[in-house]
Amino acid sequence: MANLKNTEKKTKAQAMGMHTEVLTGRTQQKFFNPDEAENFYYFGTYDVDFNKRTDLDVKDMTAAEANKKIDGLMSEGYGTIVIKNPQGKHSLGVGILNKLNLIFEGSLGYFGMGSCDGPTVRINGRVGWSCAENLMAGKVVIEKNAGSCFGAAIRGGDLICKGSVGARTGIDMKGGTIIIGGDAGAFTGFMMQRGRIIILGDVGINLGDSMYDGTIFVGGEIGSYGSDAVDAELTKSDQDWLKRKLKVAEIGENFDVSKMKKIVAGKKLWNYDNLEPTEKKGAI
Amino acid sequence: MCGIAGLIHRGKSSKVGFELQGMLQALKHRGEDSTGYALYGDTEGKNFIMRIKVGENVGEGSSSVAEDVSVYDERKKIVESYLAEMGAKIVKEERTLPYSLRYEVEYDKKDLLEFSQKIESIPGVEILSMGKSLEVIKDLGNAKMVCDRYNLDKVVGTHAIGHARMATESGVDIKSAHPFWGYPFSDVSVVHNGQLTNYWNNRRALENKGMRFMSECDSELIAVYIAQRMREGATLEEGMKESLSGLDGVFTYFVATKDSLGMAKDTMAAKPLVLYESDDLVAMGSEEIAIRSILPQEIDTYDPFDGEVKVWQI
Repeated sequence: MANLKNTEKKTKAQAMGMHTEVLTGRTQQKFFNPDEAENFYYFGTYDVDFNKRTDLDVKDMTAAEANKKIDGLMSEGYGTIVIKNPQGKHSLGVGILNKLNLIFEGSLGYFGMGSCDGPTVRINGRVGWSCAENLMAGKVVIEKNAGSCFGAAIRGGDLICKGSVGARTGIDMKGGTIIIGGDAGAFTGFMMQRGRIIILGDVGINLGDSMYDGTIFVGGEIGSYGSDAVDAELTKSDQDWLKRKLKVAEIGENFDVSKMKKIVAGKKLWNYDNLEPTEKKGAI
Repeated sequence: MCGIAGLIHRGKSSKVGFELQGMLQALKHRGEDSTGYALYGDTEGKNFIMRIKVGENVGEGSSSVAEDVSVYDERKKIVESYLAEMGAKIVKEERTLPYSLRYEVEYDKKDLLEFSQKIESIPGVEILSMGKSLEVIKDLGNAKMVCDRYNLDKVVGTHAIGHARMATESGVDIKSAHPFWGYPFSDVSVVHNGQLTNYWNNRRALENKGMRFMSECDSELIAVYIAQRMREGATLEEGMKESLSGLDGVFTYFVATKDSLGMAKDTMAAKPLVLYESDDLVAMGSEEIAIRSILPQEIDTYDPFDGEVKVWQI
């Protein structure tokens, strides 16, 4: 178990602006211990073969029917599933707690790929509001644009949108990485607690408003900073990580990361436990 | 919650009644207390088309008080006498339902304020729309029910906006249903998804300037606000841009005129909108499934950003 009070032994991630807080009191954090892996088990997960591939046409199915069908195919060992005709339906691909190669040939509506843990997903279209909400692990790639609340409250994994996204991207995120190839709307990183957001294009007003922690990298113009969002120095280690991440994400490989802006929490708002009421007012 | 949808064909006409019905029906889960259509049909552009109601739908789910049907006939007679008095000649008359009337009238004056005030001085009478191509049809129920009731699927035109309503701020009745006519401007209509928080302040200010409100629905404010700005000389787009700071709250709304369609999104981008734009068609709705009802093939869509205003011409 990591000792977060020991700030002298900062990891590389901490040096880059992550996990800099010293957790005390009621706040707790646990890290996955590989030695205990055999004790971790998700009910309803399956052994799948990525070479076993099938198509699923969901044109005449409801979202619930389609999701049950995906679950059924995984139980039969299919590791690669291609979804045809999603046609903007809501809540497709939610709750997949499995390794799976999932490809959508079309666009999703609201809440697509919500509460997933593990799948690798490619969406050859656009997604509506709240795509990949609560993502725990895995990778979701969107080839076109995304709606608002993209990656709301994600805890891990990589969420990549090659186009532009709406407002409140990464709201309340607690980990993982969100990468945007185009522009992002207002309130990006609103109340984010951990994790990283990379935006290659411009971003709207109130960037990082009330963020607790985490890091936002912006390549273009910033509409305005939100409350308690401040600039930080872009280190060499940041640049290396950005290059690597953009390469793996197959997005902006030739982007000049050295000119990106780095935004972090000023931390005048977040630790209310240690502030007197009058101090809280001053911070706001 | 509510859902809104709109489309504009550029350079051609289409069955906009049928298309909008499909879009709004796809959004019925966002509210089906009432549904409204503002259809811009192909007309000769010579006569005014006036859609009025002389009573409310008091069917299941309505919050209106039932009236004796005979009062509808009495109100209709007074409407027709007032029309004659003002020199408006009835060319055609349709009565789809006991409380719903459609008149085609010859009227040569441009200012509709006096005309509208006279007609609406009759208790229980409201002009739903007045224009040379606009027709506002709204009633209780979902999009399919209203479309079937008023035979809208055959209406051919260039553009249309509509609204599927979940009543939250005011009653379940026709007067609170969208779209709202941009009184007293010919061919102006508005639909809105959201809540306005400075409704009463704005309403009092606009009433002092002589503008009229028929309901207590906050969305009506947008129609009146835009109409007032246009009355003061602003263009539609200028009025819409001013509304971003003049109206407080969360909103996405559409405004349509005889030859244009516009959208505006508040500065917090709190209400959804998905947009599809091509050279010959612009379609937009609260959710992508609305657009998919008329364009099932793979298309490129996007969410407009916060504080964005766009206007398209036919």
